[in-house]
Amino acid sequence: MQYEEVATTQDGNLVINVGPQHPATHGVMHLVITLHGETILNVQPHLGYIHRSIEKMCESLSYRQFIYSTSRMDYLSSHINNHGCALAVEKGLQVEVPERAKVIRVLMDELTRIASHVLWWGAMAMDVGALTPFFHAFRERELINDIMEETCGARLTMNYMVPGGVMFDLHPNFVKKVKEFVAFFRTKIDEYDTLVTYNVIFQERMKNVGVISAADAVSFGCTGPVLRACGVKSDIRKLAPYDGYEKLNFEEPLETAGDSYARYLVRMRELRESLSIIDQLIDNIPEGEFQAKTKAVLKLPKGEFYSRVETARGEFGVYIISEGGLTPYRIHFRSPGFANLSCLNHIAKGQKIGDLVAMMGTLDLVIPDIDR
Amino acid sequence: MFIVDYIKTVYNASTSLLKGMRMTGYYFFNHKEIITLQYPDVKQELPERFRGEVVMTHDEKNEHRCTGCTACELACPNATIKIVTKQELQPDGKKKKALETFVYHLELCTMCNLCIVACPTDAIKMAQTFEHSVFDRNQLTKKLNAPGSKLMEGVE
Amino acid sequence: MISLEHISQSIHEALSASLNSTLVLLIEMAIAGVLVIALFAVLGLVLVFMERKVSAYMQIRLGPNRVGYKGFAQTAADTLKLLIKEGLTPDGADKFLFNLAPLLVIIVAMLIMAPIAFTKGFQLWDINIGVLYVSAVSSIGVIGILMAGWASNNKYSLLGAMRSGAQIVSYELSAGLSVLTIVILVGSLSINDIIASQQNGWWIFKGHIPVLISFVIFVIAVTAETNRAPFDLAEAESELTAGFHTEYSGMRFALFFLAEYVNIFIVCAIGATLFFGGWMPFHIGSWEAFNHVMDFIPGIVWFFGKVFALIFLIMWFRWTFPRLRVDQLLNLEWKYLLPIAMFNLLLTTVMAITGFYFK
Repeated sequence: MQYEEVATTQDGNLVINVGPQHPATHGVMHLVITLHGETILNVQPHLGYIHRSIEKMCESLSYRQFIYSTSRMDYLSSHINNHGCALAVEKGLQVEVPERAKVIRVLMDELTRIASHVLWWGAMAMDVGALTPFFHAFRERELINDIMEETCGARLTMNYMVPGGVMFDLHPNFVKKVKEFVAFFRTKIDEYDTLVTYNVIFQERMKNVGVISAADAVSFGCTGPVLRACGVKSDIRKLAPYDGYEKLNFEEPLETAGDSYARYLVRMRELRESLSIIDQLIDNIPEGEFQAKTKAVLKLPKGEFYSRVETARGEFGVYIISEGGLTPYRIHFRSPGFANLSCLNHIAKGQKIGDLVAMMGTLDLVIPDIDR
Repeated sequence: MFIVDYIKTVYNASTSLLKGMRMTGYYFFNHKEIITLQYPDVKQELPERFRGEVVMTHDEKNEHRCTGCTACELACPNATIKIVTKQELQPDGKKKKALETFVYHLELCTMCNLCIVACPTDAIKMAQTFEHSVFDRNQLTKKLNAPGSKLMEGVE
Repeated sequence: MISLEHISQSIHEALSASLNSTLVLLIEMAIAGVLVIALFAVLGLVLVFMERKVSAYMQIRLGPNRVGYKGFAQTAADTLKLLIKEGLTPDGADKFLFNLAPLLVIIVAMLIMAPIAFTKGFQLWDINIGVLYVSAVSSIGVIGILMAGWASNNKYSLLGAMRSGAQIVSYELSAGLSVLTIVILVGSLSINDIIASQQNGWWIFKGHIPVLISFVIFVIAVTAETNRAPFDLAEAESELTAGFHTEYSGMRFALFFLAEYVNIFIVCAIGATLFFGGWMPFHIGSWEAFNHVMDFIPGIVWFFGKVFALIFLIMWFRWTFPRLRVDQLLNLEWKYLLPIAMFNLLLTTVMAITGFYFK
């Protein structure tokens, strides 16, 4: 029934299927778009093409094991996902994480945030038609990946955060390399601005496009840069600080316009904030243990545990129900991508088809994060 | 005034475009930031922590450190590791559990490093190899202990 | 000194000596046809390679460097691949139009080649309305694109083709108006007259501000007319997958691809002819010695040098700028380029009448 509608045109309107294989969706997502000429009347996302039932899978894995699978959800902020899971398990275990581990975690989180935002910047510029920024973005991302590889052992799905701390200590080169990277990246952000931000074509494409009001954004459940672009303070690092974010001096970037350009600016400013966080921490990594002593077999007490962290896309929540056994009774992940996607129809109505692509770019959708 | 605004818009727009062009033009003529490694000819040196595949360390006497305790098998989230044990007769006449085969399914492995962390005797470690593609899936199921190898002295 | 003019003339004389004039004309047409096709093939190979290298260096990459010496054979290998590939025709496509469209596009590209003067006396057709001919014939190209979009029976193709139609029809206005400024200054539509008028300096220098403005408008308009980024809405990879040639594969796709690059070459050749004196060497007024030194470089080198410089400029645009939206595209044309071009035309007319330009 539904697919008959998809295939035909009615009332002179054009129904086109963007995806599951389409360059704009950056993954396997299916959007059914009703068009009147170039103007969008309706956007209906169809999900489930990359559903791997990670939540169900986690129910059969122990509390040490399930963390690795969350890297496969939002693969661009895998550290932060793992961090959220580790926090939830630590909450249940009542483990005090050593100071050094906390600092390492925050450093890794912020590096991941930079890597994610840098990739987003390139991919979004590609969405609006500029192909060069994508490759420039990968130049910087590669440096972060090298740092990650040296310390964590992998480039994308690191599985570095474990309950009680981190898996390894920092590599001896870490501090030096991060400092080099920060200095290098500071100059490159200015290049990003020259190449994309100040470009008049880009600004025209972004301004007053995909406008969402603060009230709508809240009711759609948007979080992260999407919500901050409407002027709502929503940074979990500020609202419910975890692992030492409360001691750090950083700003929560806010814009008020709520359009694509505001979302863009929020992310670009977050890049600079992340750099300043790294600056504050990199010289002050305390000595000590990198992992708290935990039992070989972890058992959470009976109860419900929730932790939330701020990923590059917004609020990531981990909800664990434990029956006291070796494995969680039920796990739920609140992924930011799903909620951010839900506002797509609202903001895309009445816009042009070219803007839809730009809007999806600024929502920063990672499809495995939406489907899980 | 309308005309002044109009000209100002055109001027600002053109300068913003020209600035972007200056940057790409700079990169066109300056190639020093190209970091491409021409892969099969030039291979990157991978850091020692890089996780490519699980291997078992053997010393020159063809001895390994694996006692067959199955800690890694239990730690693995994907059932990548299967340990087959046997009862071995000790010199003092007692029987003792020992490793017969360490089966490792590379095709299932997600390189999460949990087995290496779990191993009490440091018998296995991650290797830096990454060119794993083969034509037959069966070739990815590996036996990690070398043929004829036995447990190292003093490893409990 | 051997020049292309001498070669073509001696061939003409050799043929005329033994054959009657009809036969000579036929043989010469055949030679010209073969030369044009050969030029097409070479242009396709060179320009695609150039584009890939330009984009690679702008994107901090190396670009193709494995096939042949430093990758020069890469495009030849790609062409071979496209030739071998199966040309699929989708179900429900209008087969006749679907197959005709790429041919039409490439034929139009061939036709515009006729009045272009490559060097002194080396021109296929010295027509006295050369510039008008070029702008008239180039409009036919859009029919091929619309045909491809419609016949593919694909919604993406249709959207791309419709965008392309709106775009080319609009941008032809400002392209035509910017061409007209030179025509006004020269007082002739013939390509040869236009080149001859630049004997003592190119128009871009002689005509100062108005010609500079019209050159900028011309570059923007022809970038749009050839469907190049930032005006590549007809293809718009991230929006419409591949726009009007989504359904094309194999050799038919290769024809579209070739036509795109040949069109770039042609519009750049027109731009070089109008604003940079075509094959005319760089001359400054009455500096006899300097002009004489410049004359030692053959015209064909000057011509291709200028054309490739302009092509590089257009490629530079493509690899720097984001794409415009369809309404912004039309805004740019109707609210900015067209009024400026009209005003500029007026300015040029006044300038031509009062003689307020470098002679």
